[in-house]
Amino acid sequence: MSAPRIIVIGGGLAGLSAVIKIAEAGGTVDLFSIVPVKRSHSVCAQGGINAAKDLKGEGDTVYKHFDDTVYGGDFLANQTPVRDMTARAPAIIDLLDRMGVPFNRTHEGLLDFRRFGGTLYQRTAFAGATTGQQLLYALDEQVRRYEAAGHVTKYEGWEFLSAVLDANGVCRGICALNLRTMETRTFPADAIIVCTGGIGAIFGKSTNSVVCTGSAQSALYQQGAVYANGEFIQVHPTCIPGDDKLRLMSESARGEGGRVWVPRDKNEKRVARSIPEADRFYFLEEWYPKYGNLVPRDIATRAIHRVVYELGLGLDGQPMVYLDLTHIDRETLNRKLEGILEIYEKFVGDDPRDVPMKIFPGMHYTMGGLWVDFNQHTNVPGIFAAGEADYSIHGANRLGANSLLSCINGGFLAGPNALAYAKSLSAAPGDGGHAAELKRQQEKNAALLSNPGTENPFKLWRELGDTMTKHATIIRYNSGLEEADAKIVELLDRYKNVNLSDKTQWANTSFAFARQLQNMLHLARVIVQGARLRDESRGAHYKPDFPDRNDPQFLKTTKATYNPTTNAPAFSYAEVDTTLIPPRPRHYDATA
Amino acid sequence: MPSTIHVEILRQSTPDDAARTERFAIPYRPNMNITSVLGEIALNPITADGAPTTPITYDSNCLEEICGSCAMLINGRARMACSTLVDTLQKEHPDKPIRLAPLSKFPVVRDLAVDRAVLFENLKVVKAWVPIDGTYDLGPGPRQFPQTQEARYPLSNCISCTICMEVCPQFNDQTNFVGAATIAQARLFNMDPAGSVLKQDRLRALAGDGGIQECGFAQNCVEACPKLLPLAESISITGRDAMLQQLKDLFTR
Repeated sequence: MSAPRIIVIGGGLAGLSAVIKIAEAGGTVDLFSIVPVKRSHSVCAQGGINAAKDLKGEGDTVYKHFDDTVYGGDFLANQTPVRDMTARAPAIIDLLDRMGVPFNRTHEGLLDFRRFGGTLYQRTAFAGATTGQQLLYALDEQVRRYEAAGHVTKYEGWEFLSAVLDANGVCRGICALNLRTMETRTFPADAIIVCTGGIGAIFGKSTNSVVCTGSAQSALYQQGAVYANGEFIQVHPTCIPGDDKLRLMSESARGEGGRVWVPRDKNEKRVARSIPEADRFYFLEEWYPKYGNLVPRDIATRAIHRVVYELGLGLDGQPMVYLDLTHIDRETLNRKLEGILEIYEKFVGDDPRDVPMKIFPGMHYTMGGLWVDFNQHTNVPGIFAAGEADYSIHGANRLGANSLLSCINGGFLAGPNALAYAKSLSAAPGDGGHAAELKRQQEKNAALLSNPGTENPFKLWRELGDTMTKHATIIRYNSGLEEADAKIVELLDRYKNVNLSDKTQWANTSFAFARQLQNMLHLARVIVQGARLRDESRGAHYKPDFPDRNDPQFLKTTKATYNPTTNAPAFSYAEVDTTLIPPRPRHYDATA
Repeated sequence: MPSTIHVEILRQSTPDDAARTERFAIPYRPNMNITSVLGEIALNPITADGAPTTPITYDSNCLEEICGSCAMLINGRARMACSTLVDTLQKEHPDKPIRLAPLSKFPVVRDLAVDRAVLFENLKVVKAWVPIDGTYDLGPGPRQFPQTQEARYPLSNCISCTICMEVCPQFNDQTNFVGAATIAQARLFNMDPAGSVLKQDRLRALAGDGGIQECGFAQNCVEACPKLLPLAESISITGRDAMLQQLKDLFTR
């Protein structure tokens, strides 16, 4: 049998990690990415990566990291993979260190660590406030090394459209679109690994990059892959509201001592720095004395929401609160947080070393994603997934600095597992489904290009984003979720009348976007319907009408399957692996 | 601030087509950046004369100046579209239209999108990586004092935007100069305790055709770099190292 061919889709941390493991094992990989892989969204991660190395003499352990992650995720994550990830974390940090990641150092030349949300330990290794960038580059460099040696072929500027499935439903390759020549073609593979990241674009404005549309995951869902826990969407408490996107202001700002507050008096007219301590309301510290500003993100986000919308204490009546670093000396700020301070300075115009930042929560991350087993294998034979695109690690809420870890861990598992699967794969019946899939995609393309309708895809997208942000983020009501679902059905209907103002066949970005949009609409229904059905509050999913966690009914993984007959998702629920830590109530406001 | 922003965009449908200028009038909102201006055109692709046109093709991804995608010429200056604010431009040139054009030193793909793959090829030539033994658990890397980390970190902030190459008078078809970004990355890995094992290879690669000697010390690169990399310093230090390597090679090889 000839050497197995593996295709990796997505060149962020998860994809590159998978590529490296396969190349190291002697395999050859075709790596597909919309953008040059060095420009992938992992580059935006800021604060750091968790590993219980206990270099601060606090008695931190892998078990505590495991427990914090499971508790932080409100017990919805399967525990075995979380335990294994946290156990591997210290060696992953060492590896990144050996790859040359410029992690911050202590005086003795060891790795420095800082605290992050949802833990009481300094467990987060960091490279300034651009840790994701530094990690992505380190993996990109290793992949370039394998590329130069002929083990990796990059297909940058190609967008995944669909999997090629044979008559038995086994994956035999992918269909992809060249974003320059607009050529659509299929590529053979014995296994594929989907590392296509987040879905922020479904919410219009988010902290995500432009390519994070969830289009690939949605296309696979429509081909039969199960999508799990889609309703769990992380809204990051501290973002800079912007005209075009919400820019993340890392949790590391609070990890280094940043404090969140509003004036106690809603009519306060003084400038922030002249307001005396007694007139400031440090609400996270008052409400959560043990964790203070470093409560998990879902807790901090709801607290800010409450301060602004229930207590009416938003700054100047606007939906914003202060994130204050001005009490920390400039030298420390520059050494540990410069990257994010520069972002604030460039996009807002104020220096956060002198003036408290004004921030508000924004859509940031999906805990849900493609369902995978403990080997990162989806329910479709030959399709693996890793990183934000899979659902496996974070349960109902992700802890800060666990995402970079889960991406690398997932890629490191998916790569060798895909290779082992591919080695034992029998030959495809017929052409493996290539001709049929190519024809299906070419027909879709032709229909879209010649569509005579009147709808502008960018306008439809804006309406989708508005409805998703309004009904499916911080606070959820069943009536609102039903309204959102009806709106998405309307948008799917109007999509049939979509008309591209650009019908050319060269570097046509509106064409690629229109294809993504249809997939976004389908995945949006998975999110809102999953949220509608889950009548409880757990982690990031919060319903005031059902304020408590309901384990007997909902300590379950949501599994959405596309039903082609109804053109809608169908839902089922699966048991969660809670074999290692018995579920307990989640209370960050406790003082002990 | 005016209620309307006037924008002139140099457009080109394919690499072989002639370039043309299209004018747009866009409703002003506070805090707009250039990428949101381009987004407005996609929402309503109509020129200032009322003629229907196509949305602008351009590269973008993170929109927070860290992915390096959206470099272009804005009012003639190479900068990132996401971090260039309309308000700033209006102060620079009050009452003048904003002019957008693709980078001039790279092949145009379409409109404002250009092909910058040359940088990634250059990074292969200088072996910009640490040749680790493997990804299995080999324990921590070498100890490194904070001073070393603090010297390496700024170089590792290069976002591969190629602005340093665009503004360099020596970066052209005649010299084949690799440009400042590649030299800075070579220096970064030469400074890494384990990466320095390939230092000789990197210096030899930079001593050849299009290498470091092509630099004319115009220092445009360091002025234009959006991430404030110490590019001139990197070129001068790496240049010295490369020359020493050549001398050594002359006597020992």
